Amino acid sequence: MAAAPVAEAAAPGSAPRTSAAGGIPTSGWILALVLLLMPTFASDFFLVQVFGWAFVLGTIALSLQFLAGYGGMVSLVQMTVAGFAGYMVAILGTSGLAQISLGWPFWLAVPTAIALAVLFGTLSGALAVRTAGIYTIMITLAIAAAFFYFTRQNETVFGGFLGFNGVRAPVFWGIDWRAPVPFYYLCLAWAAIAWGLVVWVVRAPFGLALQGIRDNPRRMAALGFDVTAHRIAAYAFAAFLAAPAGILLTWLNGQIAPGTVGIGPVIDVLVIAVIGGLGRPIGPFVGALLYVLLRIFAMDLLVALGLSGQRFQLVIGLGFLLTVLFSPDGILGLWERHIRPRLAGERGGGR
Amino acid sequence: MRGTTLVVTTLLAGLGLAGAAQAQQKLKIGVTATLEGTYTVLGEDGMRGFELALRKWNRKAGGKDLEIIVASTDATPDSAIRAVRKLVEQDKVDLVISPLSGSEGIAVRDYAHTQPQMTFINAASGAMETTFVNPAPNFFRWNMDGAQWQAGLGSYIYNEKGYRKIATVGEDYSFVYTQVFGLAVEFCGLGGQITQRFWVPLGTKDFASIIAALPDDVDAIYLGLGGADAVNFLNQYAQAGGNAKIVGGSIMVDQTVLSSKGRAKEILKGAVAASGVADTWEDPRWQAFVKAYRDAFPPDKRFASPSLLAVNYYNSASATFTTLDLIGGDLSDGHKKFRETMAKLELDAPNGKIRLDHNRQAIGTNFVTEVVEDAQGNLVSRVVRVVENVNQTLGLPLEKFKALGLPSRTTPECKKY
Repeated sequence: MAAAPVAEAAAPGSAPRTSAAGGIPTSGWILALVLLLMPTFASDFFLVQVFGWAFVLGTIALSLQFLAGYGGMVSLVQMTVAGFAGYMVAILGTSGLAQISLGWPFWLAVPTAIALAVLFGTLSGALAVRTAGIYTIMITLAIAAAFFYFTRQNETVFGGFLGFNGVRAPVFWGIDWRAPVPFYYLCLAWAAIAWGLVVWVVRAPFGLALQGIRDNPRRMAALGFDVTAHRIAAYAFAAFLAAPAGILLTWLNGQIAPGTVGIGPVIDVLVIAVIGGLGRPIGPFVGALLYVLLRIFAMDLLVALGLSGQRFQLVIGLGFLLTVLFSPDGILGLWERHIRPRLAGERGGGR
Repeated sequence: MRGTTLVVTTLLAGLGLAGAAQAQQKLKIGVTATLEGTYTVLGEDGMRGFELALRKWNRKAGGKDLEIIVASTDATPDSAIRAVRKLVEQDKVDLVISPLSGSEGIAVRDYAHTQPQMTFINAASGAMETTFVNPAPNFFRWNMDGAQWQAGLGSYIYNEKGYRKIATVGEDYSFVYTQVFGLAVEFCGLGGQITQRFWVPLGTKDFASIIAALPDDVDAIYLGLGGADAVNFLNQYAQAGGNAKIVGGSIMVDQTVLSSKGRAKEILKGAVAASGVADTWEDPRWQAFVKAYRDAFPPDKRFASPSLLAVNYYNSASATFTTLDLIGGDLSDGHKKFRETMAKLELDAPNGKIRLDHNRQAIGTNFVTEVVEDAQGNLVSRVVRVVENVNQTLGLPLEKFKALGLPSRTTPECKKY
């Protein structure tokens, strides 16, 4: 939906090429087709470790984008909510840590894990909503840090530093859902659903009220809207988006450990949302793809250029720095301001 | 940081050469090391050891050129899985040498179970469970585990130093649990007491609360820390005026810490430790290796003497390349010949002969050492006792060893066995 006007501008001739090259949709349909047909031409590694991971991180960042972009609340707790859901699946379901895991069947463990994570996200939101701006960031970061240190120290429930290994995706309907192609579609499906939900919610009365609260909470309160309740509900909705993504992340890695919910990953989710662009729900996915590609290939890139692979962290940092420097509204903003007008200009010149 | 610049650029040169060779004449080897986080210096020295083996084999094994692909981790199991998965599934390497750190090892072993076509050679990780519990048939470990690396330490501090009561401070993860396990089995077995065990998270910066809580009524403090954690602890302990006698773990009293700048390491003078290497061992194989290490890297890009990690990476790579030579580089039978040959191999390593047990776990030589200052003013570890043929059950019968339980914060209990 977000891509529709873009498609109009770039339609003649150049559409398929741009879509494949940049990963930025020139048309929602072409993007959907490419994503659906991905397994026919992408390797298993790209399906799972690049796109699967990008969809998962993108969805978690989307939950942040929803809160930040439409609710005006920058919440750093989203990765923690996702990680919490992942931990719950490992604790309630089966894992290599048999003395802790309860061994529930997946159809019970997964919904319970999501419900608990939504509860966790809602409670975190209830703590954070009465603050604004930097204080929201601080409170949510504090919750995230506390959860990280708690999981690392606690052995009886959270398994300490090593966490849970051997957490497998379920096998049902004769399909192993962790096999590359099914898992790719699983991640794609949840990413698409989450994206669709956000697009839908921001146009629904609740979403419009939330945006009103973002812009002027006092006036909304005067109009009779319960500002706090709306904000907490937004946190609950965001947690509902992030929790399944956290479970997918756990299945992707086959394990969950404190490293997954550490301060680094928590900040990474913010970085992903910001470099993708906070303005639109598609932004976090663009940011996540860039992030994942940099994380995986930065070292190879340096080595290929004849430099020391040791500095790969620098490449990642520079990539993000340049994005934010040249486009404060992320990659999407870059597209809007530079590439789209040029495409439109070319078409105009041809007339 | 600068140290591996050289390593990676030289690897790159090898990569370029290998690229020119024909595809079937090339073997891709994937390697992971902790090139980020608390254990960065350990990872870098590990890669130096790997580079030494590469040079010795002239980047060829089994008649084929070697192409090396390095992936970085940060000592967490998450990062190890990501790195190894990239090497196996994206880079399609022929063999994997990984990982460096204890909890990573357990995660990689689990991953190895899901990739039966691939063979994993442990690089340096030392958690006991990796090969002792649910061992993977395609996972080989050419270094001893953390408990084996403490062999001889408990009896030395009890009998020679006369320590009766100690407290331990260790990083809160598998490798250090295993180290304390090895120490406790021997020390407590003789009648020694471990009065308290402190566990700090990996990557701790502020040790003030631990230092304040350290008991005074003990004969010595055992430190099981590594990398930046070890240096941070020593700095803060020195500032707090600490002067207890120190007993060290294998990566605490190691060149990765002894070569650090500043006065903090002075506390380690006279510390007793045990490890799979000893800086001043007289053995000609070791001396030749130290010379090769010193000749290969300029002084500011290496330690005074190779660390335990450099030796482990060197041994893992040597075992891999030797096996490849023996089978003519032929992995076409699904690694069958490679695994059979490697399982039977006896490696004449710089730190003594190493062979594998039925779990593909190393049986080797261990060293009890004391830290002394050498003629150049470097701190080095001097051998005080050599323990040969240390196996994973520390010489105990298997059933009795199993009854001790698996290493954890509280296991084993400190009592006579």
